[in-house]
Parts: sequence; C-alpha cells; structure tokens
Amino acid sequence: MRLAALQADFGRWLQAECPDAATRLGGGAGLDVYLNNYRSQLVAALESSFPQLQRWLGETAFLAAAAQHIDASPPSAWTLDAYGEDFPDTIAALYPDDPECAELARIEWALAAAFTTPDIAPLSVESLGAVDWETARFAFVPNLAMLPVTTNAAALWQSLVDGTVPPAAERLPAPGAVLLWRDGFHPSFRTIEQGEAKAILQLEAGMRFGTLCAALAEEHGEAASAAIVGGWLGAWLRDGLLAALH
Amino acid sequence: MPHPHLFGLGLRKPHYAEFLEAAAPVPVDFVEVISENFMVPGGRPRDILRRVRERHPVALHGVSMSVGSADGVNREYLQRLRALVDAVEPLFVSDHLCWTRFGAFQSHDLLPVPYTEEALRTVCDNVDAAQEALGRTMLIENPSSYIAFDGADMTEWAFLDALCARTGCELLLDVNNVFVSATNHGFDAHAYLAGIPAARVRQIHLAGHSRGETLLIDTHDRPVPDPVWALYAEALERVGPVATMIERDDAIPPLAELLAELDQARAIAALRVAA
Repeated sequence: MRLAALQADFGRWLQAECPDAATRLGGGAGLDVYLNNYRSQLVAALESSFPQLQRWLGETAFLAAAAQHIDASPPSAWTLDAYGEDFPDTIAALYPDDPECAELARIEWALAAAFTTPDIAPLSVESLGAVDWETARFAFVPNLAMLPVTTNAAALWQSLVDGTVPPAAERLPAPGAVLLWRDGFHPSFRTIEQGEAKAILQLEAGMRFGTLCAALAEEHGEAASAAIVGGWLGAWLRDGLLAALH
Repeated sequence: MPHPHLFGLGLRKPHYAEFLEAAAPVPVDFVEVISENFMVPGGRPRDILRRVRERHPVALHGVSMSVGSADGVNREYLQRLRALVDAVEPLFVSDHLCWTRFGAFQSHDLLPVPYTEEALRTVCDNVDAAQEALGRTMLIENPSSYIAFDGADMTEWAFLDALCARTGCELLLDVNNVFVSATNHGFDAHAYLAGIPAARVRQIHLAGHSRGETLLIDTHDRPVPDPVWALYAEALERVGPVATMIERDDAIPPLAELLAELDQARAIAALRVAA
C-alpha cells in the first residue's frame, strides 16, 4: 500500500473506526492500542483545558460531551493545546437551554489562551505624560479578549475555582461581557457592563477618545459621563489593558 | 572523537520548582523539554524555559514534526521550532520516526511508518527539509510500535541506517522502545542494536513500559525495568559515551527517585566504559 493511502486509512480508523480501513491496515490488537491512545489523549486535553466545566457538568456528562466532540471535530492543529477551541460550540449545541455551560466553557478557553499570549509591557499611569485626550486614540494590549455573556458564568467559574458552593445559574439582568487578559503570568478576567464593552470596541476600532466622551456626555450628561469614563480609564490602566495612546 | 557522557532528565511540571528555585542546581548535565510546550508566543512557559536554560543545557524533543507524513512537513511548525531553537541554542533537537499528521488531520500520537523504499524517500525528504529549516542536524528517535505493516522492504534498523546515511541526521536511541517493539513484533533486540549506525547515536532515552493484554505499551509511567537496563548496557558497548536521560511522562515520582535512576545509568555507564 502506498504511504498516502495507508495514512488516509489510519486516519479513517482513528476518526471513525472504519472496519474496511482496519482490514487494509492488517487489523490486530495494535490498531486498538492506537485508537485508545488517540481518544484518551484528546479526552485528557479537554479535561486539562476545561476543569471547571467538568466540575459543573459532572464527570459523566463531561465525558459524553468530550466523546461527541472527538467524533465531530478531529484535531487539526499541530499542538494538542489547541484542541478544544471549538468545544464550547459542542457544549452550546448539547445544552441549548443552559447557556451558562457554553459561556463557562468559553471563559475557560479564553483564560487558557491568555496564558501563552505575547509578553508586552502595558502603559503605566506614570508613563502617560501630557496626553491630548480630545484627539487620543487607544491601542489595547493584544492579549485582551472580550466575551459576550448573558449568564452569571463568570461567577460560577470563580466559585468552582475557589471550591465554594456555586450559585444557581441565572441570566444577567442585561447582557454583558467578560474582559480577559494576562496580568503578569496570571490570566485574569472581570465582568463588565455593555456600555464599557461597547466603548472598548469603539476605541479598538479607532474612535478618538474625545469622540467617545462627547457621545457619552450626550447620553448621560457632562458630569455623569466624566465619572463613567474616568472609572473605565482608571480600571484599564490598573489592569494593564492599554498598550499605547496615540 | 567520543561524545561527552552526559546524564539528564526530562523537565516535567511537578519538578519545575526544584529545577528553578533550589539553591544548588539539580545535579544533571542537561534537561530535555517537549518542544511543543514552549513553541508559544510568551507567558509563563517561555519564562520557565529561559530560567531553566540559565541553569542547564537544554535538549528540545518534539512530538509533532511528523517526518513520516506523505504530504510533507508543516512549514509554519518548522518556523516556530526554528525560533525556539534560536532562543534556546539547544544541545539537541529531536523528533520521532513516525507520522502524526496527514492532510488536515492531526493524530497527536506517534503513528508508525511502513519500512518501505517509498516511505524512506518521504522521510528523507522531510528530514532534509527540517534540517534545512532549522539550520542544524536533527536527532531521530526510534518509536515504540504496536503494528507492523505487510510489504516491508527492510527492518526498522536498516531504515534508520539508510535515513542517517542519506540525510546526515543522527539518532536518539530509545532503548525502551527497542525492547517494546522487539517484544511486540518478535524481532531480535540485539540484532537491532547491531544494525543501527552506532556512531550516529547522540542521545539515549530510558523509560518504563506496561504490559497490555497482548502487547507491551510504551507508557513512560514507571521505573526503567531490568531488561531495559541490560539492553542499555549492551547499547553503550556499541555506541560508547553518549548523552543519556530518564524519560518519565506519567505517574511522575519525586525528583529524588528519578535522580536515583539516573545514578543507576551513571553506574552502568561507568562500568561499561571501564570494561
């Protein structure tokens, strides 16, 4: 058998336990060893990336979801660490009435992804100097991620990590977002309201800070908007989310 | 010229603190890391590697190059590995005689190649491409295998001999893998050691295995067993002084236990050299 045909058959065996492929490969107990290695390694990768989701769902339900994901979504990246990127989609399809499950999975994945993002020095308050706030444009750190959330998944995650009794899953009064980044070597996150999420998206898209402030002043009034924006800016600097001001 | 007789350990998470923070460096001549774990843009993994490198020479051992892929090696993977090589200036860069990818599918398991002329040409082309991309000679490790394909043109050791001759690559001889595959496929481990090009062996792996229903499984989850130690002694007679390390990937014991195993390797090596 040609090498390419052999490797295609081996792939069919591992992904779908295709009996014809097994016969062409010569059969035998060895093929089962490879099949077991393949599947157990992928389950272990998912367990490693989604430990709090596993706690939330319970081991049996998690393993069932993992098995379904492995069948539907074979790995395609050279690093095993990338396996699981689309596991939250599998969870969303399996638990359509429990959106906290997929949101929990997305938070876990984003935190794992933040772990190895590029090292960059964020802007410090001391380095700000004289800024023309009216015309300033913001560059956020490249490892900043934002996930839309409709549930208290972030609180569930924190409770699961802390080992406390998690609260009941519930919808947020209004949709919000979870902001995720790496603080030193530690992945971090906080829940934000839609207004802050929208502002970050607008500034990331190139909006001048002055334009954002003017729009907020129109919506909330001068004094209130200054307090709102000042609060956001202080938190962005405190959390190291700004890379540069132009 | 004989190679230095070095003794090392694989760097694993439970031992990070001892390797990084102990007042005196861990008594090893080198540490081996899994390349892919550190082929990342930044964060703690790169910091750990940088700090380990300040204390020890480092060998980069890969599991995803897939030199056996019929459709070639992944260029983006090689670029990332080259960046790591440039940063670390490693003692060795190694990967396995196996394939892990075909087309878009990644198995993340070390799958066997058939020992045919066609596969040999493919592996040679891929090793040539890798060595060119990395700008250095690679070490190729013999795999453990659980299946042998019909239609082989040569033995595994003849395959490795030809691979070294055609590409100039060197060998990472995993003595446990020789034992496991010899048992599983019924070939003579002594003939294997006699058949590989001894002068090309630059590093040796020692590990343990477990017994499945019908096959030995390369589990790396227990101490090196006596038959593997015996094969190690025999290998040293043929290859002479060479970098040796204990490879433990699962059920990882306290570091002291692995250092004791490494002392056993040192003792066997000292006896072989004296003999």
